Formats: sequence, C-alpha cells, structure tokens
Amino acid sequence: MKKTILRASLAAFAIAGYAGIATAEPVDEKLTIDGEREMTVKTKAPEGHPFDEVLSGWLFRTKETRALEADSFANPGMLRVEEGEALWNKVEGTAGKSCSTCHGDAAESMKGVGAAYPKWDKDNNRPINIELQVNKCRTEQMGAEAYPFDKGGQKPLTAYVKHQSIGMPVAADLTAGEMQKWWDKGKEVYYTRTGQLNLSCASCHEQNAGKYIRADHLSQGQVNGFPTYRLKQADLVSLHNRFRGCIRDTRAEYPKAFSDELMALEVYVTWRGTGLSVETPGVRQ
Amino acid sequence: MKSSLKWALAVALTSIPTMAVAGMVAPDSVKIEDGVIAMSVSGTAGNPEAGAKIFKSKKQGNCLACHANTAMKKQLFHGEVGPTLDGVADRWKPGEIRAILVNSKAVFGNETVMPGFYSLEVGKNPRKDLIGKTILSAQEIEDVVAYLGTLKE
Repeated sequence: MKKTILRASLAAFAIAGYAGIATAEPVDEKLTIDGEREMTVKTKAPEGHPFDEVLSGWLFRTKETRALEADSFANPGMLRVEEGEALWNKVEGTAGKSCSTCHGDAAESMKGVGAAYPKWDKDNNRPINIELQVNKCRTEQMGAEAYPFDKGGQKPLTAYVKHQSIGMPVAADLTAGEMQKWWDKGKEVYYTRTGQLNLSCASCHEQNAGKYIRADHLSQGQVNGFPTYRLKQADLVSLHNRFRGCIRDTRAEYPKAFSDELMALEVYVTWRGTGLSVETPGVRQ
Repeated sequence: MKSSLKWALAVALTSIPTMAVAGMVAPDSVKIEDGVIAMSVSGTAGNPEAGAKIFKSKKQGNCLACHANTAMKKQLFHGEVGPTLDGVADRWKPGEIRAILVNSKAVFGNETVMPGFYSLEVGKNPRKDLIGKTILSAQEIEDVVAYLGTLKE
C-alpha cells in the first residue's frame, strides 16, 4: 500500500518535473486535516522577513503527497507518532518515571509546546529544542540515558510532543534570554555559503524558492512540519538531520546535530516560519 | 647500457604528466578578462560528446539540475534555477561560455548561485577530500564548452 502510494507520487513527479513544463509556483490550496482541522499554510510574514508571505512546504509538494498529509490515517508519520505515545508512557531510568508521571496527559500538558520551541534555556545559557528538552528530562528527572541523536525514541517522541500543537501557529519567543543573539548568529549561518558548490540556505530557499532544481521543487525551507515524514527515506526525518543533509549536499563538512551553529539556525528558521501551523508530522517528498 | 635504458624510461614516464601540463592552466592561474577566457584551459580542444555526458551527469556537471535544455528532452527533470540553454551558442561566444563555467562569479557577480566549476573560490568548510580540487577538470570544462557550442537555434 505504502509502496503504491510512493510509486504514484513518484510518477506524478516525473510528469510534473519534465523539461520545465511544470507549474513551478506553489499551489494555492487550503490544508484541512481529516476535513475538520484547518491549517495555516500561508500567512503574512513577520516584520523584517525577506518574503511578504511565508508558505508551508506542503504547498510545494505533489497532489498525492499533499493528500497524504491531509488524512491522518494515510499519513505514514502518524504511526511513528503513536510509537511516541507509547514512549511517553514508558517508565525508564533509575527514578522509575515516565514522561507521563510528571506531565500527565500530553494532549493537555504538551499543547502549545511544539509551537513555542526552541526556547531559552537558562540552565545551559543557550536555546533548547524539544529533542534536548526530552534529554534534559531523561537525565535530570528520570535517571535515564539521553537519547543519542536520531536514535532510541528521539524522533517518535519529539514528533509526539510536537503533534500536540498541530494547527497552532509557530511563535518562538525571541525576547527571552539571549535568543536575539542566537537569531543573529542563525541568520549569519543561513546566508553563509558552504562547500565546493558554494551555496547557502538562501541560495535555494530564498533566491530560488518555487523553482525546480532537477526533480526537486524548492520550497521556502520552512520547519513547521518537523520531524517530517519524508517519502524518500520512508521515515520520520529530524530537523537537524535535514540541516546536515542540505549542508552536505553543498559538498561541505557539516556541523554536529545540536551544535551552536545548528541551534542558532533552528532559532532563525523557526522565526522565518512564524505564523504557520505546526504540521508535525508533515509529509514531504 | 642498462642504466641508460632505465634513464630513458624515466624520462618517458615523467614526460607524460609534463605533456599534460603543457598548455594546461591551473585553476588559480586562470585569468578572466572582460568576462572572457580566450584560450582553452586544458591546452586542447573539447569533445562535444563527452561534454554532453558531463552536462547531464549528476556526479559531474549536473548542469540539467538548474538549466533546461530541449536538446536533451529525453532526460527527465530539467531545472529552472538558471536560464534555459537552448541557443546558448547564439548568445555567448566560446570564450565567454568558458569564463562562465570556470567562475561564474567573475562574470555575473557574487550574487549568482552558479558554482565555479574550475575555481578554488569555494564556500566555507569544503569537504576535506575536496580541498584544493575543482568540480570539473580543465579538460571537462573544454568538453562542456564544446558541447554548449553546439546549442544553436
């Protein structure tokens, strides 16, 4: 079933991508999940933004891929969110606690969390994202090991926590602590060209958003759907994995996940998507 | 006798790279003047058929990633980041095409997203195994110059 869908969407790509006869503009459509939850996939950009409107990556995907996200039964990422729910309730570590021991029902306690992260972490004097917050809880409260990057339950649990904010507008608080400084640093990373191919994030996702680069329809590079289900990998893909993948594709050495550089980039690109709905788990090519 | 044979052999062997270098311009010695590199950077003429392969190969030029080219309509997925290359030979002279391929930023300015295919002016933190290396070799540049020279309308 999954394979058939994948094949169908690849075929659609093949037709759409051929020799520039594609309609390169993002579609002008509304995303309503399960026919009831209306999502903001297009909104006025915050002040100082290079675009007038911020657009969800959903608008740049094929009809078939868009349909997958619009139906939570068809969305393959939802299976991983369910795994995340099981992890939420799983007791781990020397303190004999699970996430739910302290936080109870995630539908209530985690609502809005995914829309407000990354946040300022006073204890560590740097921004913190959901993955690192989970690890902080695991090591400091549960007496459990931190999840290694992308391993253990990191992706499904992060997706589960973020999913509790689905439909809520992305709104990270840049006034807390030194968030503004990290935003500045993230902006610098965004515009820095890397690698032998000499490209920055902006080269593709700002200067050429809406155009095809070979088979890929370049989006604005929004992060409101992460961890997102990528058909190419047939799995959830974390934000820092995607950051690293993009930088690697410029033929550069790439920074470690959760390094200062990539945390700054997360702060900055989250701001670039201010007002879009949290879509986790988004479905992309 | 034996040693002179050895010597002759050594000369023959070392002369192979020397011959290849003769006429070849190293990437950091290429001079772009008024948007033109008049002479072949490899010292020899390019082969348009080899150039066509480099043009479409994702591992080499991957020019199709950004440029549509009707002459290759059998290839799927032509990009639109750069202008179409239909009739490119009517718009640019070979020396101009060569300069754009070698280091487009020297021709179009720093804002262009087109990589310099025979340039050591690269981005930050290039992959370690690629330090000091160019995307294409001098001969591959000439092959693509020759291929683009065939795209007339």
